[in-house]
Amino acid sequence: MPDSAETTKASLLIERHASGVLLIQASGDWLKDADRPDSAAAIAALTQQPLPSAIEFDTRSLGRWDTTLMTFLTAVRRRADEANIPMDPAGLPAGAQKLLQLAFAVPERAGARKVAGHDNLLVKVGKATQGFLAASNELVTFLGELALSFGRLFRGKAVFDRADLLTFLDQAGAQALGIVSLISFLIGVIFAFVGAYQMEQFGAGIYVANLVAVAMVREMSAIMTGIIMAGRTGAAFAAQLGTMKVNEETDALRTLGLNPIDFLVLPRAIALIIMMPLLTLYASLLAIAGGMLAALAMLDISIVQYLEQTRSAVRLNDLFGGLFKSLVYGIMVTIAGCQQGMACGNSAQAVGQATTGAVVMGILLIVISASVLTVIYTVLGI
Amino acid sequence: MVEAERSENHISVEDLTMAYGDFLIQRDLNFAVRRGDIFIIMGGSGCGKSTLLRHLIGLQRPAKGQVFYDADSFWQCSDAERDLMKRRFGVLFQSGALWSSMTLAENIGLPLRQYTQLNDAEIRDIAAYKLALVGLTGFEDYYPNEISGGMKKRAGLARAMAMDPDILFFDEPSAGLDPISAKLLDDLILELRDTLQTTIVIVTHELASIFAIGTNSIFLDAETKTQLATGNPRELRDNCANEKVRAFLWRGIEPVAASGAK
Repeated sequence: MPDSAETTKASLLIERHASGVLLIQASGDWLKDADRPDSAAAIAALTQQPLPSAIEFDTRSLGRWDTTLMTFLTAVRRRADEANIPMDPAGLPAGAQKLLQLAFAVPERAGARKVAGHDNLLVKVGKATQGFLAASNELVTFLGELALSFGRLFRGKAVFDRADLLTFLDQAGAQALGIVSLISFLIGVIFAFVGAYQMEQFGAGIYVANLVAVAMVREMSAIMTGIIMAGRTGAAFAAQLGTMKVNEETDALRTLGLNPIDFLVLPRAIALIIMMPLLTLYASLLAIAGGMLAALAMLDISIVQYLEQTRSAVRLNDLFGGLFKSLVYGIMVTIAGCQQGMACGNSAQAVGQATTGAVVMGILLIVISASVLTVIYTVLGI
Repeated sequence: MVEAERSENHISVEDLTMAYGDFLIQRDLNFAVRRGDIFIIMGGSGCGKSTLLRHLIGLQRPAKGQVFYDADSFWQCSDAERDLMKRRFGVLFQSGALWSSMTLAENIGLPLRQYTQLNDAEIRDIAAYKLALVGLTGFEDYYPNEISGGMKKRAGLARAMAMDPDILFFDEPSAGLDPISAKLLDDLILELRDTLQTTIVIVTHELASIFAIGTNSIFLDAETKTQLATGNPRELRDNCANEKVRAFLWRGIEPVAASGAK
C-alpha cells in the first residue's frame, strides 16, 4: 500500500434503492490510526424492516484500507448471512473480496466457542473445595510414590544418575553456604543485641550466651535454614521439574522405563536430607559467632567467658533435637518443591505458579512441623 | 550496493557476518529480497538459517555488515528508529510462541492495544477476523495450551498479521504439521501475499513448500560458512552449478536427466 502522507477522512453512505437493494458506499482512507465512521449504525440499518433484497457495494472513491475495513465487511457479511440477505461483493476491491472469502472459508466449528459464564457463590465454593480435595489427593499420592521410591532405594533398585546427586549436593549445600552464613550470623547478632540490652538491666549480661546458643541450636537455626532452603532450593526444584514437565522430558523418562520419581525426585530428596542438618549445624556455629561479636562489643566479658558459658548452656539433647528438626524440615522442603514441580501444568504460567506454590507450601509445612515437634519435645521432656 | 538499488529492494543484506562471540556462523552474505517476494532461507541443519532470521528481525546484532529495509539501515540507527521499523514486521516463531497467560484474542490484541488508538470492541473484532482468516473462527477465548500444535501455529500467524505488516517472517512454518495442514498453510501464505502484497521471508527445509511457494531463495552452507547460491528455487534445482545445492533440492537423489546433462 502506498505511503502518501495525506489521508482523506473515511466515510460511509448507505442508500436504499427503490428496488430494495441496499448500496453501501465506502470512501476515503480506512486506516487503524485515522478516524472512521461509526459502523455499528450502518450494520443495524441492514436489518431494518422491510429487509433489503440484496446488499451491494460501491468503493470507487475508497482510498487506502487495512484490517479495519475488513472487520466492517465481515460484520456486514455475518449480519447478512443471519438475515438471509444475498450480498454481492463485486463492488469491493479484489483484495478485499479475496480476504472476505478467506475469512468465511472455514465455518465455525459447532460448539467450539467458549460460553463465558459467571459462577454463583455456591458453585465457586464447590469448585474451590473440589480443587482443594484434588490437590490434597495429589499430595498424598506423591507422598506414597516418594515412600515407595525410598523403599526401592534401600533395596538398591532405584535407578538414578549418581552424577545428578553430586550436582544437587553442590547446589543445595556448597552453593547455599553464602546466604546461610550471612543470615545466621546476623540473626546471632540481633539476638545478642536484644538479649544483652534486656539482661544487663538485671546484671545478667553473661546469660546472653545461653540465650543465643540455646535458641539457635534448638530452634532457630533449623527454621531459618529451612526457610532459606524453601526459597532457594525448593523453588529451584519446582521450576526445574515444572519446566521438564512442560518440555515432556518426564514423559521421555517414562517411555525409557525410568521412574521419574526415582530419577528426578530421589536425588534431590537425598541431597536435601544430607545437606539440611549439615547446614543447620553450620548456621548454629555462625550464629554463636555473631552473638559473641555483639556481646563482646556491648558487655564487659571475654571470649573465654562467653564460650565457656555457651558450652555449659547447650546440652547434647538440644543439639540432636535441633538437627532432627532440620532433617524433618529438609524433607518438607523436598516434598513441597518436588510435588509442586511434578504436578505442574503445561504452560509458562504454570511453572511460575508451581514455584510460588513450592515456597509457600514449604514454609507452611516447616512452621506446622516446627509446632508439632516442639509439642512432642516438651511432652517427652527433651 | 548503491542507494538507488537498495531502495528498489525491500530488504538488502550486504556483507553480513554472523557470529556468537568468537564462533563464526556465516560470513559475507549478500542478497536482496524484492517487494512481494516469497523468499526462502534454506540449508542443512545447523547452518545458521534461524540465526539469519534473528538478524533480520533485530533479535541479534551482526558481527559485521548491514541490513537495509527499503534504503534505511536497520542496524546503524537509534534503538527507537529500529523499534519503529520492527512494527512493520510480523514474525511467526517456530512453535507459535503464543503468550500462554493470554487468550488467543488477547495475544492478537496486544500489539493493537500498545500501538493503536482502537477501542476494546474494535480490537476484539480485528482479533476475531484475523483468527477467521487462519481458519480459527470462534476460538477467541481459548488459551494456547487448550489447542493443538497446528492450531497454535495458525494462531501465531494470526498474531503476526495483527498489525497488517509489510513483511512477514516465518521460522519453519510447516515443522510439526501434517502434509495436508502444511499445504493449507502454504496456500494461506500465497493467498496473503496475493491479497496484501506482503513480502514474506521463510526459513524452511521442506522441499514441498520451497517449490510450491518460493519465488527467491538463499542457500546457506554449514561447512564453508557462507552462501552457496541465490535465486528461484526451481531454477536452482534444475540449473545450479553447485552440487551441494542440487543434492539438497533433489534430496540427494541425482535425477537421470540432470546427470545426463552434465
